[in-house]
Amino acid sequence: MKIHEYQAKQLFAAAGVAVPKGIVAKTPDEAAAAFTELGGPLAVVKSQIHAGGRGKGRFKEHPEQAGVVLVRSADEAKANAARMLGKTLVTIQSGEEGKTVNTLLVEQGLNIARELYLGVVVDREAGGPILIMSSEGGMNIEEVAEKHPEKILHEAFDPAAGLQPFQARKMAFELGLEGEALKSAAKFLPAVCKFFVDNDCSMTEINPLVVTKEGALIALDGKVTFDDNALFRHKNFEPLRDLNEEEPAEVRASNTGLSYVKLDGNIGCLVNGAGLAMSTMDLIKYHGGEPANFLDVGGGANVDQVTEAFRIILADPNVKAVLVNIFGGIMKCDTIVTALLEAYEKVGFHVPLVVRLEGTNVKIAREMLANSGRNIIAANDLTDAAKKVVATLKA
Amino acid sequence: MSILVDKNTRIICQGITGKVGLFHSQQCRAYAKEFRPNENVFVGGCTPGKGGTEVDGFPVFNTVEEAVKKAGANCSLIFVPPPACADAIMEAADAGIDLIVAITEGTPVIDMVRAANYLKGKKSRLIGPNCPGIITPGVAKIGIMPGYIHKPGSVGLISKSGTLTYEAAWQLGNLGLGQSTAIGIGGDPIIGTTFIDLLRMFEEDPGTEAILMIGEIGGNLEIQAAEYIKQHVKKPVAGFIAGQTAPPGKRMGHAGAIISGGKGTAAEKIAALEAAGVVVAKSPAEMGAAMKTAIERRNKK
Repeated sequence: MKIHEYQAKQLFAAAGVAVPKGIVAKTPDEAAAAFTELGGPLAVVKSQIHAGGRGKGRFKEHPEQAGVVLVRSADEAKANAARMLGKTLVTIQSGEEGKTVNTLLVEQGLNIARELYLGVVVDREAGGPILIMSSEGGMNIEEVAEKHPEKILHEAFDPAAGLQPFQARKMAFELGLEGEALKSAAKFLPAVCKFFVDNDCSMTEINPLVVTKEGALIALDGKVTFDDNALFRHKNFEPLRDLNEEEPAEVRASNTGLSYVKLDGNIGCLVNGAGLAMSTMDLIKYHGGEPANFLDVGGGANVDQVTEAFRIILADPNVKAVLVNIFGGIMKCDTIVTALLEAYEKVGFHVPLVVRLEGTNVKIAREMLANSGRNIIAANDLTDAAKKVVATLKA
Repeated sequence: MSILVDKNTRIICQGITGKVGLFHSQQCRAYAKEFRPNENVFVGGCTPGKGGTEVDGFPVFNTVEEAVKKAGANCSLIFVPPPACADAIMEAADAGIDLIVAITEGTPVIDMVRAANYLKGKKSRLIGPNCPGIITPGVAKIGIMPGYIHKPGSVGLISKSGTLTYEAAWQLGNLGLGQSTAIGIGGDPIIGTTFIDLLRMFEEDPGTEAILMIGEIGGNLEIQAAEYIKQHVKKPVAGFIAGQTAPPGKRMGHAGAIISGGKGTAAEKIAALEAAGVVVAKSPAEMGAAMKTAIERRNKK
């Protein structure tokens, strides 16, 4: 689960990770009032959407308006806010359709001396969390990793013990921090790592992390993703979820215990098991088709789940045919066919349906399909299924 | 011959009084009974607070330690809910269990990091979590796979996935290729046993003549495996990588199946495996055929 920058910063502040003074604004007047309350000569007005690249992003309705702007008066804050709120921001990560901005974060300006990069993730190779830092703040870290891998520093830490002060100092020395900044780092870095572990994050990213002329380390940005599997012990995160930022069909699927990812093709797929579901997409592509989605109904596919899965697939207007690929193991094929037929009736299929079944009780299941009187195309094996579903588009 | 599971394996289930735990314990017991009717292979289960009771003939113990002492367990099949999974793994390791098979899906990553750290320096081997388990056909099944699709034979099968493993076993069976042992290593970012561990065991196992490994997008275990194969594996290897059409940045069902920062793509994994001499199936329908090709190619040499 992703959250907004302003939410991340509120959590940072509570965990002792320094952030700039900032006020959330939902109307142009609130943005003007925020500027006045911050009291400085300048402030930054930042669009709150989950996609990155906001500073370089532009609004569909106002092509000159950037997603993040520097303002020098309350009037300027208000005028900019009016061009941002309720409008659609398109960034390099938002997709062409962009995202509606409903919230702004108005922040004090800082005396920036340096901009660094900081990220914490669970690294599979290290088998645990690692702190990643770079002198190249504000840049896309993946680009830095590609072009200047020597500029990226890694420090693995034990989640139980946390990042130790010596590890923080080591990192700080390598980044060339001195004096006050060195002292700040010895507190800031362990605090971020503790935040990561305590909140079950999958990622905590601060880009840029600024060093002020006064030697303070401050999180100028904040991107936080939580481990969905650990949300059960963080009930307080629930209100932080912004459903406007999520693909509606994916939300609907997760509510039914299905795993669904929308793609751009026109052949819908319904499969049991994540690996087989991915492979089914590959198979469709291999035979000249384009998959419309990834959909794993899980091991226990019942009538309700299959029905909802069909509804989600068919709600995508691009879908021109559907392929069901089930390998029945403990879940028997005949049980699945019963669910399929009932779901088929309920949703009112309007595109060709190809079904490939294999596994336990497959003979009975195939007979049930053949005798169902429904317009369902049966496939003998994987290749046959892919060829048949691709052929329906050409017919 | 086989790896990890043999006729000395004595199984318990942690979470045996749960609906799913009990069902699969019954299935595993029945599988062992079919081939070894006179042996007691599945020796019981654990549910804290229900020790001393019995469920469908399985003795229930309060702790794994008790199950080891009283029932001689050396293998544990874990079916506890995700919040309790890491704890269950650590309890099994503490009790000296040799082989821990964690089926549970949805364990928090940080919990798994802690459990993996705990296992370091201990003799226990963990398979999973979020996996279908392990089977030595004709000997014992410790997991949720349908037993009958795995025929006894000499192919070592390693996979990150569940149903895709069944698909592979099915295809192998249709070509007359049974398995020495088949293992699902799991789809989570932090897992107990990786491709390399198993490649080494299969290479050393006299009962295994060839290896089929099935990977997917995300992480670099397959790349490491390719490097290992190049240097250490003499037996024929075939492979398949799922997710060639997966978009970057999207999690494809498995918690670990995600292409991040342009890394962990199917294309780079396929290239690495091919460079290591692995016969990689282009289509998931050709996994069995790829194995056959790899074996035939080796036999010609």
